[in-house]
Amino acid sequence: MSLLSVRDLTVKFAMRSQTVTALHQISFDLARGERLGIVGESGAGKSITGFALMKLLSAPGYIDSGTIQFDGTDITQAPEAQMRQIRGNRIAMVFQDPMVTLNPVLTIGQQMVETLRAHRKLSRRDAQEIALTKLREVQIAAPELRLKQYPHELSGGMRQRIIIAMALLLDPDLIIADEPTTALDVTIQADIMELLLKLCQANKVGLILITHDLGVVSQLTERTLVMYAGRIVEAGKTREIINDPQHPYTQGLINALPQQTLPGQMLKQIPGAMPVLTDIPPGCPFSPRCAFALAECRRLLPQIMQQGSSEVACHEVNRLHSDLLLEEGR
Amino acid sequence: MSNLLITPPPSRWARFWASPLGDSLRGNPVALVALLVFSVIVVLALLAPVIAPFDPYDPTQIDIMNSDLPPFWIPGAEPQFVLGSDDQGRDMWSAILYGTRLSLMIGLAAVALQATLGIAIGLAAGYLGGRVDSLLMRLADIQLSFSTLMLAIVVLAVTHAMWGAAVFDRYAVVAVIAVIGLAEWPQYARTLRATVLAERQKEYVDSARVLGFGPLRIMLRHILPNAMSPIFVISTVQVGNAIIAEASLSFLGLGLPASQPSLGALIASGFDYIFAGSWWITALPGGVLVVLVLVINLLGDWLRDALNPRLYKV
Amino acid sequence: MKDTMTAPEPPLLELRGVEKRFALDQSLLERLRFRDGRLRMDRREVHAVNNVSLTVNRGEALCVVGETGCGKSTVARLVAGLLAPSAGEVRYAGARIDNQSRRDLAPLRRRMQMIFQNPYASLNPRMTIAQALEEPVRYHNPDLAPVDVRAKVLEVMQAVGVDPSWRDRYPHEFSGGQRQRIAIARALTVDPEFIIADEPLAALDVSIQAQVLNLMLEAKVARGLTYLFITHDLSVVQHFGTRVAVLYLGTVCELADTATLFAAPKHPYTRALLSAVPQMRDGMPDHIRLKGEIPTPITLPKGCPFETRCAYADQRCRVEKPRPQQQRDGSLVACHAVEEGRVD
Repeated sequence: MSLLSVRDLTVKFAMRSQTVTALHQISFDLARGERLGIVGESGAGKSITGFALMKLLSAPGYIDSGTIQFDGTDITQAPEAQMRQIRGNRIAMVFQDPMVTLNPVLTIGQQMVETLRAHRKLSRRDAQEIALTKLREVQIAAPELRLKQYPHELSGGMRQRIIIAMALLLDPDLIIADEPTTALDVTIQADIMELLLKLCQANKVGLILITHDLGVVSQLTERTLVMYAGRIVEAGKTREIINDPQHPYTQGLINALPQQTLPGQMLKQIPGAMPVLTDIPPGCPFSPRCAFALAECRRLLPQIMQQGSSEVACHEVNRLHSDLLLEEGR
Repeated sequence: MSNLLITPPPSRWARFWASPLGDSLRGNPVALVALLVFSVIVVLALLAPVIAPFDPYDPTQIDIMNSDLPPFWIPGAEPQFVLGSDDQGRDMWSAILYGTRLSLMIGLAAVALQATLGIAIGLAAGYLGGRVDSLLMRLADIQLSFSTLMLAIVVLAVTHAMWGAAVFDRYAVVAVIAVIGLAEWPQYARTLRATVLAERQKEYVDSARVLGFGPLRIMLRHILPNAMSPIFVISTVQVGNAIIAEASLSFLGLGLPASQPSLGALIASGFDYIFAGSWWITALPGGVLVVLVLVINLLGDWLRDALNPRLYKV
Repeated sequence: MKDTMTAPEPPLLELRGVEKRFALDQSLLERLRFRDGRLRMDRREVHAVNNVSLTVNRGEALCVVGETGCGKSTVARLVAGLLAPSAGEVRYAGARIDNQSRRDLAPLRRRMQMIFQNPYASLNPRMTIAQALEEPVRYHNPDLAPVDVRAKVLEVMQAVGVDPSWRDRYPHEFSGGQRQRIAIARALTVDPEFIIADEPLAALDVSIQAQVLNLMLEAKVARGLTYLFITHDLSVVQHFGTRVAVLYLGTVCELADTATLFAAPKHPYTRALLSAVPQMRDGMPDHIRLKGEIPTPITLPKGCPFETRCAYADQRCRVEKPRPQQQRDGSLVACHAVEEGRVD
């Protein structure tokens, strides 16, 4: 049985003048210890997915329908008291900006001990011992010293290591990491990514990695969801998606990278921009920017369907595949 | 995204109503009622010469025989004097209308003076920085340590000593505006300086500098329009404060004389008669003053929330 | 530092030993400090840019690359005249520009323009697109008729893909990519020959980055622009730059042609940087791990700035600052280990 099973998750935002749908019937599964990437540009709904999984959506956002089964519990129905037990304890979250999570007026040690004692019956001394172990696990220099320091005394890379140590504190089953390395420099990012991968593998922790960076997804995850305008447009094995993207948006995203073109040549850009939530075009939301779009695409919303080893929501891909099947049948 | 609909341009009011500001007003009944009450008071005050049955400035219309008449709901009232009359026989309703007009006028003019001084000084201090900033801000500190009252006493003493009370009474309105305007400009200067310091960091200011624009152009054309929200907010609060300041000064005899009935002067003129039974001479203008300042402050509160950049875009 | 090319005309832009220090403690009281039982006057400074010498030749796109706090944005602001150098010279087309008054620089402003990182902040939120674009044209050509101003703006708008029907709208109505287009259009309204671009893609989404980078490439060809391009993104450098300067703690550690740098990086820091870029390949690349993190630019290492994190650092690196040395393939590298042949 999978650890996490999301079915038809729909999230809406009730604005004063209208209600907009930020997530449209998102469905995916995550096995125990599996690493899943959620890729998309800003406005795709990837961060909202992360918050919805933690039931941390703040007004005016709310879960409209769908279920989130986490190890037998439906998170959408769970009362707040139960959620508090799940958060931190079973599912931990890592954000882009460590200062969101760290309290600037408490030392690292105080924060780690508090977190531990809130969930476990532990003496202060034992809690401190666990905190130290976790800090050693994230390979931070001079862990004893860090316990006594305040967040502002640490560098960005060190803070992100501490955040990861805090996420691991209660041995969660799942870590949701929202752009965990985006604010870091490449040399530090590489270290943090390596660390995250190692820790997830060693502790059998599941990982949902939310990012815009295909390189990061490629190196850390086994499976990937590509999101566009609040929908999953492609889902499958990370390798397959990177090497053989099916959906025109995924293809466009990969082809637009400077590495894909000879230096000095024009990049293969996708025209236009992601639609805003209040103005989603009819039919396939990508159709106005898609080179393959036909009249059907502008009218009918494509359903996500199994195509080879990936799931894709695209009329054009469906057509190609059915043509292929016809030919094979002949 | 860019669907341009060709529609006739909506009226100014309709545009305001549809804007985020109008939207927040619709969601805030308290502010809406305050705006309504404020508008009614302003309209009545502006139309005072038309509505008022008597002209309180005209001595020929005042008859001492009509003095101390109670308002209409109290036995002994005269139908002519709806809200009664004061100790000299002035019609209270007319006096309040004219008084409100005068108080509002003084409040707005004093705030205009404060704003002009404060904006110029705050803008220069924030943008130029360094020594100019230090000098101007110390000046503001010194100004703030003189209270409005102290400044008023000094001005009154000096003018009385130099030209006598009669001349002062003639120019009392100007003097009160000047006193309140001078005393409170640091409020503007400080707020604006803080805003300018924040705006100056933004890239659009760098962009203007790279384009070679001069400091005056950058300050007035680029930074000032982006620093207007806090100015609007303080302005409403300051109008309320200025009206109270005027009333206080007039009550203490440092402001307008009894012959020019501002709300404060009216309250002062009735003060001696409160316990002699004619409480309305003080209570009615006092009530108007309280309501006027209250609605202005409520509007200020709403404006502060509505223009808060964090809440603005939701 | 010697220029590799013996160009007949002076380079368009030249930095000679430019330094920039920022005082941390402004007031007198902040500068008083107790040390060794004595009250002393002390002034702490951030050494943002240290002895940087660079040239940008006409038609080039020089990329300055480095991590947070390496001083790359400060270099851009020094060149743009938004900051004055603490030491050294900035020369443009042979003439010194760092010590000129605003009035004297006025003609230069038309030749040199800047594009900023954050398109959400670089446009005045209270000005319509038309106002924002017409203002520089009018300011620099006071005699131009209103019709001609509009025509000029229209030409630029069409060139960079800004829909002329956006004229009367405000910046907040546009997405980040559209705003960056508008910002580029604004810089181009004065027909500059040199563009300083400070991380112009960093705030944009992947698919939009490609659009804006293409636009800048187009403008380079169509208008013969020269670029000083500041970025942290090595894939952009490889694509856009003709030459690259790698900055670490405000010091140039390697300066080379783009192809040379990516094919054969020499400085240990450049190598670490290149190896750390996440690739879309299987598994983790075996990136070069650096010890510790970037030291603060308040107290610089005495010797090589990279010495604290470098695997090749020895006693000489700790005490002596390396000078840029010309390599056989034309690149300049400031590293004792490379000089002594200790690397590889």
